[in-house]
Amino acid sequence: MTALLALVRKDLILYLNDRRALLLHLLMPVVLAAFFGSLFGGASSERTSKIDVGLVLLDQSDSGRKIAAGLKADDSLRIVELSELEAQQRVRAGKLPVAVVIPAGFGTAADAALFGGPQRDRPELPLYYDPSQSTVLAMVKGLLTQHVMQTTSAAMMTSSGAATTAKQLEELRASASTDPQAAQLTDFLTSLKKFQDQRLAIDAAKPATTENKGGMTVPYTTRDEALSSGPKYNGYAHSFAGMGVQFILFMGIDLGIGILTARRLGIWARLLAAPVSLTTVLLGRALSGTVIALGLMCAMFACAVLIFKVQIDSLAGFLGIALCFALMTAAFGLFIAAFGKTPEAARGIATFATLIMVMLGGAWVPSFVFPEWVQQATLVVPTRWAIDGFDAVTWRGLGLEGALLPMAVQLGFAVVFGGLAIYKFLRDQARG
Amino acid sequence: MASVLLQVEGVSKSYGARRAVDGVSFQVRQGQTVGLIGPNGAGKSTTVAMICGLLRPDSGAITLEGAAVGQGASAAKAKIGYVPQDLALYEDLPAIDNLKLFGALYGLKGALLKQRCDTVLALVNLADRAKDKPSSFSGGMKRRLNIAAALLHDPQLLILDEPTVGVDPQSRNAIFDTLEALQAQGRALIYTSHYMEEVERLADHIVIIDGGRVLADETPAALYQRLPAQAALHAELAAPPSAALLDGLRAQPGVAAVRHAGANLDIDLAASEHAAPVLAWLVAQGSPVLHFATARTSLENIFLNLTGRSLRD
Repeated sequence: MTALLALVRKDLILYLNDRRALLLHLLMPVVLAAFFGSLFGGASSERTSKIDVGLVLLDQSDSGRKIAAGLKADDSLRIVELSELEAQQRVRAGKLPVAVVIPAGFGTAADAALFGGPQRDRPELPLYYDPSQSTVLAMVKGLLTQHVMQTTSAAMMTSSGAATTAKQLEELRASASTDPQAAQLTDFLTSLKKFQDQRLAIDAAKPATTENKGGMTVPYTTRDEALSSGPKYNGYAHSFAGMGVQFILFMGIDLGIGILTARRLGIWARLLAAPVSLTTVLLGRALSGTVIALGLMCAMFACAVLIFKVQIDSLAGFLGIALCFALMTAAFGLFIAAFGKTPEAARGIATFATLIMVMLGGAWVPSFVFPEWVQQATLVVPTRWAIDGFDAVTWRGLGLEGALLPMAVQLGFAVVFGGLAIYKFLRDQARG
Repeated sequence: MASVLLQVEGVSKSYGARRAVDGVSFQVRQGQTVGLIGPNGAGKSTTVAMICGLLRPDSGAITLEGAAVGQGASAAKAKIGYVPQDLALYEDLPAIDNLKLFGALYGLKGALLKQRCDTVLALVNLADRAKDKPSSFSGGMKRRLNIAAALLHDPQLLILDEPTVGVDPQSRNAIFDTLEALQAQGRALIYTSHYMEEVERLADHIVIIDGGRVLADETPAALYQRLPAQAALHAELAAPPSAALLDGLRAQPGVAAVRHAGANLDIDLAASEHAAPVLAWLVAQGSPVLHFATARTSLENIFLNLTGRSLRD
């Protein structure tokens, strides 16, 4: 026991005296987690972020101005009016995801096209977009449809559309079409014209200042409510879990490399020349690695709680996940030391493997954005369980119960890594 | 005669097809200093690693006071202090913490551990640097701390594997002072080196290894007796010697061999007392001696005699 504690004490002193390691394993993840957390929604924003959209308004008609006003009033958009050239330049430079051009005459043409049937030319609405922002394009298209439809239908359902309807009726009658659909459209437009004339009479009787909006609107409104079992979603909770897992695994790599270096320098042999078993020396390294990993994770989440308002829903669950992850990290370090040939080669391979693990585990981008098959496939990656576990005990609020499975899986990985490492060490010793 | 402390009996070790140690046998008695010498790759370090329980012999047995020295936490290992060839220290751990670690590995704790740390630091003259990190030490200081770490548990047998590699002469003397103090305490030592003068200074028994085999296992005196020459005389003449002079020289009493290069003569003598008559004979032959020097035959000569090649080949 004296020997084991001395080995652990030695590792802790060495680690705490190593400023470079502390900088890499503690400060770096906090900085990166703060950055990624702000990208993924931050701590307390109730509203979704606005999309920047450039607007080139070339149609100075009443409809054109109304469409522009509707877009500007939309909570989801931040509209900036530009010339067409300016809009193209900004999109090309990646400074603007989308720009909408409302060409001259668009309003009138759109009014005419609304009931004009498929044979009538529909006006074009040019959209310039950054190819890396195709999802934003789809969102802007949807909102644009809403505002254009509202404006053009309003024009047709009010007195102001009477002239357009009269013109369309004249065209239909002049065509003398025998198509039954043309007859039905003539009937519909005749009724519409009658309605518009009535509106014209009513409007004439009203004071001039009264504005008549009307038109087709989206026949519903949404009530947005973020749902999780626990505290409100906090982007920092996930990013701290992700970055914490990544950089603590880097610490695990350093643990393994440390053993390989000690073997090269003869320190490992010196330890084993003492009356202690190889298992004791390995256990000492695993214990110190676990303590360091657990301490780092707790320190990182202390920052997350104190500075970034992350809420830990279940402290027991959090400590359980952190402990199991720490054990898995220490076992991973032993695994690297057992199977690594040289410190240099082992570092390269282990760093690559770790980066793949943390990427697939959702440390950089949450795993729920992965395709379904990737989400299933990544269940074999230990980091996925660690990050899901931390999410469960923070913003998802699933409590200790939600942490149990991730804890068990990580312990399983710890047993596999540690078992294989000890087997390899003992086999090498027996052969030595 | 002192009792046997360490017994190495027919030990062999191979790495793949290469036989690093081949049936090595020797023993170390209580209070004895055994010099284990041989060129690089002779099998010294492998033998030492097996004695320390770091390697498992393919065959043979190693016992310390009758108990087998094995891998793991064997009781016999607790009686051995090991000073490896490499500096087995944590450079960023203060000297005192390095010692506390190694002391704890041998079961020392509390007041006893502190007392032993103080004792060994004083022995190696590092008491005033206890709180400093080895990274700030000179090479010689690190070597001394390396030795101190092996002495904490007061071992019966101290094994030093080339402990003066890369050390300046002053530090080497400091290390030797420490080792001679340990000898004076009656501690048994195994000292491996390919520096013959070091082994000659310390060892009262010498085991010569080459190619994994023991070539000689004797006291230094017995080893010297094996040589036809015990001393060497170097003389620089005023002119290159004639063939007649060389023949005459070889016929002088006590002269074992004569070699020359230009006016320089190297003369092997059966004993150092033959040097003066030989010099006198040379002068009497009309060959003035400009310079001369005498030396005792070294272990280098013994190794050369045994293997036909130099230790540092």
